[in-house]
Amino acid sequence: MSISLSVKTAIEESGNSRENLMSVLQIIRSDLGTLSPAILTEVADQMGLSRADVYGTATFYSFLETTPVGKYSIRICRSISCDMKNKNAVREALENHLFIKKGETTKDGMFTLTETNCLGHCHEGPVMLVNDEIHTELTPDSAVKIIEEIRIREGVDE
Amino acid sequence: MTRERISKMQEKVNLIFSECDSMELLEQALKVEPQQILKMLLTSSLRGRGGAGFLTSLKWKFASEADGNRKFVVANADEGEPGTFKDREILDKVPCKVLAGMAICAHTIGAREGYIYLRGEYNYMKKSLQQKLDEFNDKIKNMLDFTISIKSGSGAYVCGEETALIESMEGKRGEPRNKPPYPVTEGYLGFPTVVNNVETLVYVAMIMKHGAAHFASLGTEKSKGAKVFSVSGDTPIPGIYELEMGMNLAEFVELFGDGDTKAVQVGGASGFCVPRRKFAETIIGFEGIPTGGSMMLFNSSRSMYNVLHNYLEFFCEESCGQCTPCRVGCQQLRNGIEAVKQRKLPPSHLDVLSKMTRTMKIASKCGLGQSVPNSFNSIVTSFKEEIIY
Repeated sequence: MSISLSVKTAIEESGNSRENLMSVLQIIRSDLGTLSPAILTEVADQMGLSRADVYGTATFYSFLETTPVGKYSIRICRSISCDMKNKNAVREALENHLFIKKGETTKDGMFTLTETNCLGHCHEGPVMLVNDEIHTELTPDSAVKIIEEIRIREGVDE
Repeated sequence: MTRERISKMQEKVNLIFSECDSMELLEQALKVEPQQILKMLLTSSLRGRGGAGFLTSLKWKFASEADGNRKFVVANADEGEPGTFKDREILDKVPCKVLAGMAICAHTIGAREGYIYLRGEYNYMKKSLQQKLDEFNDKIKNMLDFTISIKSGSGAYVCGEETALIESMEGKRGEPRNKPPYPVTEGYLGFPTVVNNVETLVYVAMIMKHGAAHFASLGTEKSKGAKVFSVSGDTPIPGIYELEMGMNLAEFVELFGDGDTKAVQVGGASGFCVPRRKFAETIIGFEGIPTGGSMMLFNSSRSMYNVLHNYLEFFCEESCGQCTPCRVGCQQLRNGIEAVKQRKLPPSHLDVLSKMTRTMKIASKCGLGQSVPNSFNSIVTSFKEEIIY
């Protein structure tokens, strides 16, 4: 979908007034994967807001990325309860499996690996979000398996 | 043995997750005059369960007296405090009770529109919640002129603060507003708005069902009622527990500890760390340490430096950055304890940092910056050697 059409659809779905900006950005983020400067400009133009205003809102929120990210955002909870349950081992296993470090995206543009603040599953850590799916009580092996399954689903050969 | 004791304590309360017909409850509640509802809430002494503990009756009273063509009810489901996961569980298990609580609020203050502000981290709940909402909106059509919708967050802890939440609802950066005016007079889009924690709304519904006296009979004189606790960390039985308010920490640790508990963090990263020697004298409630329900246990294998560093890292990331005491303060605290640990600065630097937290407490704009000193000072005071060596 072109940027202009995607923005138009998101605005039609959410509404054109200022208080719907978050919702517009959320829909586009999930449709197009990221909120590039070109996209934010288009949103500003179509909603009649200043570009700075739209950029300011987008960059405030950690789930509204303005830099390129993978098709799948892997977010490992870094809060203390998950830390105590050894989330570092889970992160390292994923780093080794994906050949990237925390904060990076795989070359094929499939996965971005980050750490995030409390995901609200402190009694069943370590946990991670893969896009909007939550995975609990992870081990290094189970985390890698989840990623492998996505790879298979996507039909990507390693 | 312990499990049985905990079960008994939960059974005694059993309000939040009890089975109940929310529509019938609501039908009865809507027959009660708004003034009478406010009186009931006052008698119950219900205070906000998100952490700040403001009297619910007062908040609703202000909003009901405020002038406005439109009024709003907002359920705050931006549960971001590390160690808290009760609101997710409540929305998952008993969503209709939350919606009933919102409708009772709407009836009391005269609102026609309601929102659930659901944190982005809980997006996976949105679909089923929306379904429940659609059913609910449809069912109450003939009872009350009130419609609820969902607004989503996108990963910002500070949006749990009610004015930041409102800014975010308006499609802006989630930066807290100057207060006053408070949301009860000028909230969402400038109209009177009640923002209540998810758990608070369920307690309102339960007070309407069981009466104010029943609720007030639970807990202690200063901390009436019950509370949902999120228990995590070094415990054999992590999870959600609804217990009476006003328990002392020694009793809590006896029930939930692993036999080697050296400290409990009450209230999450923005709360207080209580060392073992103070368990017996510390009350969980408004007369001691009030909490949004996060209870994290640490045993003797844990480094309290790591715990504090984790919290400070969290605050550095989540500070919205608009006021200097918080933005710079958080970074100075984190860098400061790192420097002391690495011997780049003398241990006495901790006193300098502690002094700086006094400024943060006074000069920060919202609860985020104001509460960073809580964990910092309570951990540094009780576990100084662990921070230094």
